[in-house]
Amino acid sequence: MGRSNVVDMNQTGVRWTTEQVLALAPDEASRKAGNKLGTAGPWSEAGSGSAGAVWGLCKGSGGKPYQTIVDTTGPAYKCSCPSRKFPCKHALGLLLLWSADERSVPETAEEPGWAGEWLEGRRKRGEERPAGEAGAAGSGKPADPEAARRRAERRAARISAGATELEQRLTDLLHGGLASAEQSGYGLWEETAARMVDAQAPGLAGRVRELGAIPGSGAGWPVRLLEESALLHLLTTAWLGRDRLPEPLATTVRTRIGLPSPAGGPPVRDHWLVLAQDDSSDGKLVTRRIRLYGRDSGRSALLLAFGAAGRSPQLGLPVGLMIEAEITPHGGAGQLRADWGRQFGAPAPVPGPPPGGSTTAAIEAYGAALRADPWLDAWPVTLTDVIPVPAPGGGWQLADADGESALPLTDSALSRPGLWKLAALSGGGPVTVFGECGHRGFHPLAAWAEEIPGPVPLT
Amino acid sequence: MTDTTRTIDPVDPAGSTGTTRVATPWEGLVTSALLGTERRTPPAEILAPGKEAPAALLDAAALHTVRRRAGLLPARAAARPEPAAHDGRARLPEAAGRRLRQLLADRSGPSGGGGRRGAAPDLTELLPQWLAAANEHGYRVPAAVLPALLDAARARTDLRPQALTFAGPRGLWLARLNPEWKFALRGASGGALLPDPRDGEAVRLLWEEGLFAERVALLAAVRAQDAEASRALLASTWSTERAEDRLMFLDSLRTGLSGADEPFLDRALSDRSRNVRHTAAELLSALPGSALAGRMAARAATCVSMDRTGGGQVITVEAPHECDADMQRDGVVPAPPAGRGERSWWLGQLVEAAPLDTWPARLGGRTPEEIVALPVLDDWADELHAAWCRAAVRQRDARWSLVLLGSPAASPAAGPGTSSLAERAKLLATLPPAERASWVASFIAAHGLSEAFQLLGVCAVPWAEPLGRAVVDALDIARDAGSYPWSFSGVMGLAERCLDPAEASRLELLTAAQDEPEDASPGAGGYWSEAFRRLVSTLRLRASMLAELDGLDGLNSPNGPDDPGRLAELTEPAAP
Repeated sequence: MGRSNVVDMNQTGVRWTTEQVLALAPDEASRKAGNKLGTAGPWSEAGSGSAGAVWGLCKGSGGKPYQTIVDTTGPAYKCSCPSRKFPCKHALGLLLLWSADERSVPETAEEPGWAGEWLEGRRKRGEERPAGEAGAAGSGKPADPEAARRRAERRAARISAGATELEQRLTDLLHGGLASAEQSGYGLWEETAARMVDAQAPGLAGRVRELGAIPGSGAGWPVRLLEESALLHLLTTAWLGRDRLPEPLATTVRTRIGLPSPAGGPPVRDHWLVLAQDDSSDGKLVTRRIRLYGRDSGRSALLLAFGAAGRSPQLGLPVGLMIEAEITPHGGAGQLRADWGRQFGAPAPVPGPPPGGSTTAAIEAYGAALRADPWLDAWPVTLTDVIPVPAPGGGWQLADADGESALPLTDSALSRPGLWKLAALSGGGPVTVFGECGHRGFHPLAAWAEEIPGPVPLT
Repeated sequence: MTDTTRTIDPVDPAGSTGTTRVATPWEGLVTSALLGTERRTPPAEILAPGKEAPAALLDAAALHTVRRRAGLLPARAAARPEPAAHDGRARLPEAAGRRLRQLLADRSGPSGGGGRRGAAPDLTELLPQWLAAANEHGYRVPAAVLPALLDAARARTDLRPQALTFAGPRGLWLARLNPEWKFALRGASGGALLPDPRDGEAVRLLWEEGLFAERVALLAAVRAQDAEASRALLASTWSTERAEDRLMFLDSLRTGLSGADEPFLDRALSDRSRNVRHTAAELLSALPGSALAGRMAARAATCVSMDRTGGGQVITVEAPHECDADMQRDGVVPAPPAGRGERSWWLGQLVEAAPLDTWPARLGGRTPEEIVALPVLDDWADELHAAWCRAAVRQRDARWSLVLLGSPAASPAAGPGTSSLAERAKLLATLPPAERASWVASFIAAHGLSEAFQLLGVCAVPWAEPLGRAVVDALDIARDAGSYPWSFSGVMGLAERCLDPAEASRLELLTAAQDEPEDASPGAGGYWSEAFRRLVSTLRLRASMLAELDGLDGLNSPNGPDDPGRLAELTEPAAP
């Protein structure tokens, strides 16, 4: 196997790329600090084990060097430094060195004592952990199901009150006319959003805030405002009449309202392609979105992880690797969200893009997905052989290499550096692009080009 | 149902930009929503008994919205861009690509702003070397790093020539799409844009219609191929060019200047613009065989001679009494700058423009060594030696430069030529690299590092062994003397970039913290050890950087060189 051209599938695994390591950094400062430590200079006794462990001693400003250990199969980190960043710059630096320099971090059979204890503990826990349990937030559940049921009922009642109030506001808005929404300003929406937070319906609050940003947001805003108001109306109506909905759709409504939907489905074991990972922050909370594609099941999945501002969410998967693992899907019709479960074996590079199609097939896939979840804004798809084209008027589109159809890029994609990476990869020629296709356009997340083996992240 | 099958358009979701504006049911809803249901009753067909008008309107709009989104069609494709020209350069080894991304990721500069630099290498400073080495190998840029590379070059003009060469045709293609990168299009190395210098028709077209920067680049490209053709090109439009353009074009003759340029330069001596005349004269005087150089030699020789009264061992100087029209035509500037006598000003210009081999013949057959050692009457020595220094630099005369630099061990103030470090650096630059390095090494051994920075800057990278040794020894001495390392941060930074990476193992000894001498600055020992550790790790990094570019990385892989995949990489054809 060691002599073949295909990637080793044994425990040796592959060393990650620089991007894969940097994607784990909690913030820009950590990324820079880690980068500085990604050279052989400050490290000693560095090594890596066969089961994905990496360790090293990093000389800091003090006398005693920090002990840094990473289990790349998690990934999980341990460092004796006092930093509250997670992973800390030492872990990032060590991984960078490991990714770039096989001489400085050689593979050895012997783990030093200070690293072995922690790694051994992790291995033990991994074996003991039953399948499907990992990641489920169920461990802290109260023992009293009756009290839990009463709490849930109280919350549902509060949400219903909020939904009724919101419905009234929407009716008032339509009664007085959308034109007045431009004058009333953002304050009214902000206040309504706060009322929805009080009603414990964060999903409604988020939609209300987005409504507030529409008035005066450029040509055609009244149409967009009417569309979004109508969908919000659809959601509140659906909530108030949820008893009459079929179960999967009712779950979707609950999820859209903002109620936690526990991962409950049977675990799906597959070779998951890690296609994209990006973080967004609202100032208080960092939300990480990791997009997966199952090689064997053909299933798309979305992992969400959260962290307090300045801290990287615990879960981080290296983009461009394929990992055999179990995921547990959340309930609801047309929902992609899942929890990450047990992993099997070492990751391998992503063998290629998920099966894709034309721009027409992509927009049709979005249309089909709307049937299960009418509030869906976009759906993950792969476009095969498309060319990024600057569109008249300043935008960009992805045009079929053969044919006259194209998908415009979303506004948010236009302002990201990923756009230029995509253009550079293409050079005017066809590329394969994974991303999300929706009514606002296409949002590219990863690309493959000729001669470039792995997906290039565009986030 | 036609209104539900719309083209996807993020600005105008309802697709109302169509040419036919028929009042569809949807438009009826929008109008009613915009004005308010109290003023405009929604279309009758959506109203249902027992439902308020706003709710009925929202119901209908929701249905319409979902239906519209579910039935979206792709937009029409805009005109596709012309694909980028093929880049035939060799593929970058994978490890080198990783290194480049690391260097580019760090380019936003050291964090903390001006603080202590720590023991980790400053990656930003290694980017120029990496690019130069990659270009020497003739590697092709990995497309995905182009945006970061162009951003880096935009922020740092010193990176641009190498970065744009490396970016190649794909980089130029990309830069045309983003106004932030337009510097790449006007850059002097827009090589990929220029026609083949041998394609006379295309050259003439660009020369006559191109932008100024394109024309300068074109002239340089043609001159590199065929100097005669470039002069013909220049002459064809010379009389119609603007004065400042003539000056820039003339300046481009500096590269590859030869006797064949003399007739053209001679004509430029009578140009309308004074700056053009002056530049032409300066270029002619750098050609020792030119008629102008001969005239200047004759003028200078009348001013400088052996003093016959003092036994013939002293130089006497008789500065010119006037600056006549002929002298002015040959580029002598008549008005001196403030604070200088006009006669010494004229003398300086004559000697500076006279070929240096005038002097052995004029001064009794003496060698340059003997001439520079001769005393000069009436305090003219400084003036005369300074003019010879300028002449040596202009004529790139290594023999005279070495003589005028004097012994490296002597105090700079006592040297024969000039004590200015900037001018000494210019003289050094005319010496062959090995001589340059050994002169600076001796200088450092004698005087330490405090004045060596500018001189080190003109030495070839990596530093030759005697020079590297001298710098390391001097740093070691400075540490023993108990000063802080940041007094030498300029030289330290240069050493990180210029020392031969092979020195790293020798330097390792210095990284150990040592007992501080009694009179040392407090804590200096620790900072020195840190500075040396950074030096060593930077040298190591440079060594692996260059090895990666040589494609040697694969030999050390766990798979070993007999892995067929690895072998294919190793045997990939090298750059032409």
